[in-house]
Amino acid sequence: MWDEMTAEFFVGHYNYWMTVVLMMIGLYVVVSRGNLVKKIVGLNLFQTSVFMLYISMAKILGGTAPILTDNPDEVYSNPLPHVLILTAIVVGVATTALGLALIIRIRESFDTIEEDEIFEIEQQMAKNATSSVGDR
Amino acid sequence: MLSSLTPHLPVLQVVVPLMAAPLCTLIGNRHLAWTIAFITALAAFVVSALLLGSVLDGSVISYHLGGWAPPWGIEYRIDAANAFVLFIVSLIGVLVLPYARQSIEHEFEASTHTYFYTCYLLCLTGLLGVAATGDAFNVFVFLEISSLATYALVAFGARRDKRALTAAYNYLIMGTIGATFFVIGIGFLYMVTGTLNMADLAVRLAEVGDTRVTRVAFVFILVGMGLKLAMFPLHLWLPNAYNYAPSAVTAFLAATATKVALYVLLRFTFTVFQFDFPVQELTFEYVVMPLALVAMFAASIAAVFQQDVKRLLAYSSIAQVGYMLLGVALLSEAGLTAGIIHLFNHAVTKGALFLAVGCFVYQIGSSRLGDLKGIGKTMPWTTAAFVAGGLSLIGVPLTVGFISKWYLIQASLQTGSLWIAGLIVASSLIAVVYVWRIVEVAYLEPAPEGRANKEAPLAMILPTYALVAASLYFGINSELTSSAASQAATALYSATDLASEGAAQ
Repeated sequence: MWDEMTAEFFVGHYNYWMTVVLMMIGLYVVVSRGNLVKKIVGLNLFQTSVFMLYISMAKILGGTAPILTDNPDEVYSNPLPHVLILTAIVVGVATTALGLALIIRIRESFDTIEEDEIFEIEQQMAKNATSSVGDR
Repeated sequence: MLSSLTPHLPVLQVVVPLMAAPLCTLIGNRHLAWTIAFITALAAFVVSALLLGSVLDGSVISYHLGGWAPPWGIEYRIDAANAFVLFIVSLIGVLVLPYARQSIEHEFEASTHTYFYTCYLLCLTGLLGVAATGDAFNVFVFLEISSLATYALVAFGARRDKRALTAAYNYLIMGTIGATFFVIGIGFLYMVTGTLNMADLAVRLAEVGDTRVTRVAFVFILVGMGLKLAMFPLHLWLPNAYNYAPSAVTAFLAATATKVALYVLLRFTFTVFQFDFPVQELTFEYVVMPLALVAMFAASIAAVFQQDVKRLLAYSSIAQVGYMLLGVALLSEAGLTAGIIHLFNHAVTKGALFLAVGCFVYQIGSSRLGDLKGIGKTMPWTTAAFVAGGLSLIGVPLTVGFISKWYLIQASLQTGSLWIAGLIVASSLIAVVYVWRIVEVAYLEPAPEGRANKEAPLAMILPTYALVAASLYFGINSELTSSAASQAATALYSATDLASEGAAQ
């Protein structure tokens, strides 16, 4: 059913398909979930997909790690995107840590980490502030 | 000894605050930490002023980090455009610090002040780094340094109002998505060119030509930066973040963070992509311009209905970002100049306004309109500063706001769109409404019984007036800003195809 080119196209770009799938799942989780921790999980998925994108583009079939050997014809993967992603992973870890820290503080002061409940509390706070102004 | 430092100015600008930031925490004494932060910010300001002075003639400073020549090493490339942005950011950075020292005494406990200064310096580092670097991936790293510090700074407002926490959290989610979009864009560019140096990217992208990858890369970068600079309708994080952050943080962010993101967008649009690609022209004409026009009206109208002055000003910021984008989207050198002038002028104006609001909060503990009744009588100096800033927001002659609007209207008339000029004037009229609402409450309503006639401390009034004075000075004598902005526009624009088209006509 598949002619050979298409099958090769699909299989050959396996990493990129997975990147797209992960990216969409991640974004969807961020948008659709009301739980703040789940949002962070979605955000991590989303970021991981980008890491995969960078790592895939640097990989050369049959290439080794970029270490100087005696063989001058050695085929090796491009190390630069890998190093970039190392930096991006650090950024991602820092973001996750800060996000989780904020969630702990939110839980301490709102007593919930569900977005809609927090929204309700905030609406109530806004309403109270308006009515207290009206009283004066 | 000083002359031996001169060639290293571009990197000192970024390294000094980066080094000083952990020092503030390690030292553990808030007074000492403030002194360190202030000296650092002052040093960054002096460096940026020197840099601006040396590139205003159109020259370019290229600094090779660690001696690695570009495009292999990271290059810091200072031209008129980013020197101007560096100057704005460090100017605001140094002015807000004395103010912050007073205002945070009121807002959260003394033991956390050293952390505040650390975050502040990290934020400054990130913003200066984004502006100074000539390496696309380096932009992302510094952007995240400044953003992470910003999220923490916003969350400092939780002592006054716990909603600061959720504001910071939402900002973190949106900001991270924006930054990740930006990285995807950079990744695509790297895929087709194999380089990350902006100048090198520009050359190689011209060779690659208009492919689907470059188009997608451009759109990813546009959306990513659109989130960071609060381009309508990607602005949802902004009102809450500005509203609940500590006063000093709001003033600093409003004046710098969105401006730096706009600079990155301009840098990529004009220097890296060189405007070679039809998709760019179409995007700016049919997406950015309409959104900018909608922002000018929708955000201004939303501002009219706000009950809190900080929130009102936040919505007005979104509208002002609309003016800047409108200038850029006019796709002419005059428009770009107008956009960059407004970038500076709005930084000064909004900085002054948010500082003045911070003074109100310091004295009466609220920035709600209902609580500000008669504030013009009990705090005459602060209110006067606020009114001066408000006039500039409207665009009254003799203020910087007028200069911005003047250039913007001229640029839109030049491209033959009378209706855009009309819309600019019309949306300014909405600004009259929301500024008047505050003036009315402040001067025409009686102050509540028992409120003492007491001004905010001098350390807060002086920075406010420094910015108000700047907004009046540059409104009367716009030579420095307009020459710097037109030089910056030329630096960004000269490399593009549009310029040669314009010359050919």
